Amino acid sequence: MERVLTYAEALLEATEQEMERDPSVILFGIGVDDFKGTWGTTKDLHLKFGRDRVFDTPLAEDGMTGVAIGAALAGLRPIHVHIRMDFVLLAMNQIINIAAKSRYMYGGSVSVPLVVRSVIGRSWGQGAQHSQGLHSYFTHVPGLKVVAPSTPYDAKGALTASIRDNDPVMFIEHRLIHFQKGHVPQAPYTVPFGKARILAAGSDVTLVGISYMAVECLRAQHFLSEVGIHAEVIDPVCLAPLDMETILASVAKTRRLIVVDTAWTSCGMSGEIIARVAEHLQGSDRPRLQRMGYEPVTCPTTKNLEDLFYPNPQKIAAAAYSMVHDNGSSWAPKHVDSPEVVQFRGPF
Amino acid sequence: MGNNSAMYEPLYRALYRIRRVEEEVARVYPTDKIKSPIHLSIGQEAVAVGVCQTLQPRDIVFGTYRSHASYLAKGGDLKKMIAELYGKETGCAKGKGGSMHLVDVEAGVMGASAVVGTTIPHAVGYAYALKLQKKPSIVVTFFGDGACDEGAFAESLNFAALKKTPLLFICENNSYSIHSPQHDRHAKPDICGRAIAHGVPAERIENNDVLEINKRVGAAVERIRSGESGPLFFECMTYRWMEHVGPNLDYDFGYRSKSELEPWRATDQVRRIGSLLDQKVREDIESKVEDEIREAFEFAEASAFPRSEELYTDMCEG
Repeated sequence: MERVLTYAEALLEATEQEMERDPSVILFGIGVDDFKGTWGTTKDLHLKFGRDRVFDTPLAEDGMTGVAIGAALAGLRPIHVHIRMDFVLLAMNQIINIAAKSRYMYGGSVSVPLVVRSVIGRSWGQGAQHSQGLHSYFTHVPGLKVVAPSTPYDAKGALTASIRDNDPVMFIEHRLIHFQKGHVPQAPYTVPFGKARILAAGSDVTLVGISYMAVECLRAQHFLSEVGIHAEVIDPVCLAPLDMETILASVAKTRRLIVVDTAWTSCGMSGEIIARVAEHLQGSDRPRLQRMGYEPVTCPTTKNLEDLFYPNPQKIAAAAYSMVHDNGSSWAPKHVDSPEVVQFRGPF
Repeated sequence: MGNNSAMYEPLYRALYRIRRVEEEVARVYPTDKIKSPIHLSIGQEAVAVGVCQTLQPRDIVFGTYRSHASYLAKGGDLKKMIAELYGKETGCAKGKGGSMHLVDVEAGVMGASAVVGTTIPHAVGYAYALKLQKKPSIVVTFFGDGACDEGAFAESLNFAALKKTPLLFICENNSYSIHSPQHDRHAKPDICGRAIAHGVPAERIENNDVLEINKRVGAAVERIRSGESGPLFFECMTYRWMEHVGPNLDYDFGYRSKSELEPWRATDQVRRIGSLLDQKVREDIESKVEDEIREAFEFAEASAFPRSEELYTDMCEG
């Protein structure tokens, strides 16, 4: 029987196995050693590895990121956990000015093997400062790898690869994919950087979904199949470096692309993918291209407005339908909240 | 002077060497061969020298954009430093870092940042790692009074004290953040008090006195190394003789007056320690340093610029 773990359990397993394998791996962040253990992703690791290697931190994101960089320069492999990506804004100076640049500005004489885990919050009522997907801030800057896997299998493999990498990696999670279940082998393995995964094959339209939106795109793909449209769903897994080959091959086939981000569209990852496709597939037979993401407003807390704020499978399917038919006809499946949204009981 | 002279020789060699290197940098600067912003330490050498003379080769220092002095005092390679300023491939960062990012891992010089205060937590993290790895080295973080304005300063003090890291905080207080005097920036100018409030014992050393710095810091280094003490903090009062950035003086622009410089110049530590040496010993040191500096500049001049392909290397491993 196939071994099934949740995404959160996959993260815990990767961390535990790497800490066992390599004594230079350390883990810290606000609450990593408390009774909740970062939704189970760090639970009880301090009991196994001791509080010198697994520890809570003061509320000092900037300083503690600097501490992580210093420890990395000394040969440790720190994993720094942020329970919300919004909080990483306090650490931008160290991440952008130091972690991303050290190897280059010191002429290759140092390395910063650092993993920064951060979680995009959602559902329900997370609001303005607990909901932001800011991954494009990091993909903008050379010197950072940025991964945002959507399946438990890739979560374990990508986190293992991130911990073993000798350069800084931003590991992007989403609160709602922590619940996802899937096949996860017990033995350690790595998922390579810069390799996208085709989650569903199709020929009519390409749906690229980032992080949790890969899950939502699969649901859209299911709706579309009911009206005879075959969508190909791609999870980039890694945003920097980005596997354009897989996306370009798909768009060359479908001539239609919708990139759905769990972030705003302006100057974001969805625009970046669209731009790279446009640069490569120019000519008379230009592909149809569309970005989808958060509405261009601050995330509200009240449920009815929050529902309008996010992309969802119905919106994605409706957009794909219009793109495929291209004759002004429209269709949308009946709105049903995605199961994680329904099941979420908070408070965080 | 006998024995005393022997004690002063390494101090004088280090002080004179830094002073003369920077004077040469300033002399060459108008030729535009050095295309890198330079922040000279002239006048402040006593702090870096007084501290680094108490360290061992395996100890680690982190610096600031004004790091020529600490780089050289800790044993950073002079030829590679000058080549770096010239942007040559033989530079300590292959011409990719410049004066503000001097690094020499072999000598324990772990880098310097152009963003004020950012290397302080690196020193804390490095020291935490040394403790975890049970290594006998200690770490020194050099920073200015300007860095004390930054949040990372307070965050670093707290975590260093919390984890009892083997770390020495050295505040080089030259009274100015660029052109802003400390009294315009601090409601309470007691920097040592801030360290003490976070649980890091702190002392202030007046007058830029290299012997006093050497003695008191030396005692602190031994206490940290033996594990008797966690992190310790020194505020070393000093004075930047030159402009904030560049090779010139800046006493005619209204933000400070030349009279402010006078007491510091009257107690110039390079001249003071030199005067404690026998003339022949002093001249011998100076002559050797001059040869070394000439060779370093010749090395930089003769070195090649990086190949175009170097633009793309060192972004990540491999």
